[in-house]
Amino acid sequence: MTEKILMKGNEAIAISAIRNGVDGYFGYPITPQSEVMETLMKEKPWETTGMVVLQAESELSSINMVYGGASCGKKVMTSSSSPGISLMCEGISYMAGAELPCVIVDVMRGGPGLGTIQPSQSDYSQSVKGGGHGDYHCIVIAPASPQDMYDYVDWGFELAFKYRNPVIILADGIIGQLMEKVELHPVKPRRTAEEILRDAPWATTGKPASRQRNIITSLSLDANTQEEFNRKLLAKYETIKENEVKFCEYHTEDAEYLFVAFGCSSRICEAATDILREEGIKAGLLRPVTLYPFPEKKIAGLAGQVKSMMSIELNLGQMVEDVRLAVNGRCPVGFYGRQGGNIYTPEEIVDEFKKFNNLK
Amino acid sequence: MKEEIIIAGFGGQGVLSMGKILAYSAIMQDLEVTWMPSYGPEMRGGTANVCVIISDKKISSPIITRYDTAIILNQQSLDKFEKSIKPGGLLIYDPSGITRAPERTDIKIYSIDAIEVAASIGNAKVYNMAVLGAYLKARPFLEMKNVVKGLEKSIPARYADVIPKNREAIEKGMEQAKLVLE
Repeated sequence: MTEKILMKGNEAIAISAIRNGVDGYFGYPITPQSEVMETLMKEKPWETTGMVVLQAESELSSINMVYGGASCGKKVMTSSSSPGISLMCEGISYMAGAELPCVIVDVMRGGPGLGTIQPSQSDYSQSVKGGGHGDYHCIVIAPASPQDMYDYVDWGFELAFKYRNPVIILADGIIGQLMEKVELHPVKPRRTAEEILRDAPWATTGKPASRQRNIITSLSLDANTQEEFNRKLLAKYETIKENEVKFCEYHTEDAEYLFVAFGCSSRICEAATDILREEGIKAGLLRPVTLYPFPEKKIAGLAGQVKSMMSIELNLGQMVEDVRLAVNGRCPVGFYGRQGGNIYTPEEIVDEFKKFNNLK
Repeated sequence: MKEEIIIAGFGGQGVLSMGKILAYSAIMQDLEVTWMPSYGPEMRGGTANVCVIISDKKISSPIITRYDTAIILNQQSLDKFEKSIKPGGLLIYDPSGITRAPERTDIKIYSIDAIEVAASIGNAKVYNMAVLGAYLKARPFLEMKNVVKGLEKSIPARYADVIPKNREAIEKGMEQAKLVLE
């Protein structure tokens, strides 16, 4: 029987990193995700698996330590919350440019600026559209429970190495602080040197006579070379869009109205859907699990089925832009959000849904 | 069954750990749980509260604003949450932290003098377990063996020697909880 442990989403990230053979974690404390490093420090994985856990002097340092570790083909990660992720954006852009795999956890809090420490989803655009400079995308996956936090660390590294691309686990203060039971899967050991050579033949692991030097860089001074590289990235992103879109559906099969929500908001919208269904209103919910790649085909398909959609987000309306692009005018798309760390209740969403759809 | 609970008091009274032990006990009985703290720029002596949901089905929203049960350990929390208890719901409070008695007449009310229980055991830290005992008396859906397992899972191994005193506090809390309003 697998063991079920009551833990916070943040603790689940840390425990999962240790149990899934992560080689290194570099971070700097910030609410509401400080339990990630606290748990790692308490568990002392350097004494068991040999995993390195290091508190850097800043977020800039942590992301560049991740750059270094990833260059050597190691499974390395960091975590932070909104303002800390902003500081890391230069490093994330460099990693996208150098095609380095890593996992970055963002447990979002209210912004802009230092903002609040309460939950928010206002870094959707930052994570999905870029954040740093240049034409690049991170793969962005959005957990909705501590179990997801546990599972997505391993999934994140799988995607990161498959595509040589940074992966962001975009969580929020609720999912980070919420405790639920988490099922622990069997332990995966850290990769051996041979396994790293097999999985990351591009990595700087020491040059044998049999091959050319491996170079990790994001600099190219020749316009044509850079353009060729940009197009190679585009082809990679197209493959990711083709293969990796993931979403969850709740009562969509006969839905006349649709909520679109990710992370904690999807849980609250699930409860709102239940309330509406009890009243005989056929509501449904689509939860994008991958935010990049976005489930645009699924949403386009549902646009022909439902009377309207509503994007529910803890921000001023960010994902709703992608919903509207996918719907492309085929049905009305509404938005409701709360900001600053305030959280909507299922009843509040039901009221806003009825207002938008002119229902009593 | 679905039970939506808020536990509220001062930081340091063991509000969050009581919620955790309650949630863990429910897991030991194969129930679904969520535990969601209010977090913010909290400090010792400030208010602290946690929402615990226990259900025999998968739980969707961890965010709740109406409660089947409110466990209240100070006046600020009574002022804030008394009105949010569902009609027919349950209020458990410690009178030593309260200057104004509860006003609702459409709910069931228990009081528990948990300071007295903790003093009789000789350990102030078991205060919250006396309150938990009162809850378990009022809502007897968790088996004691699962509560003990929940305690064992929640308390770090290096403090395992305090488990018997915590259990004693739960049992005394069950005995000494007073039904104030049926």
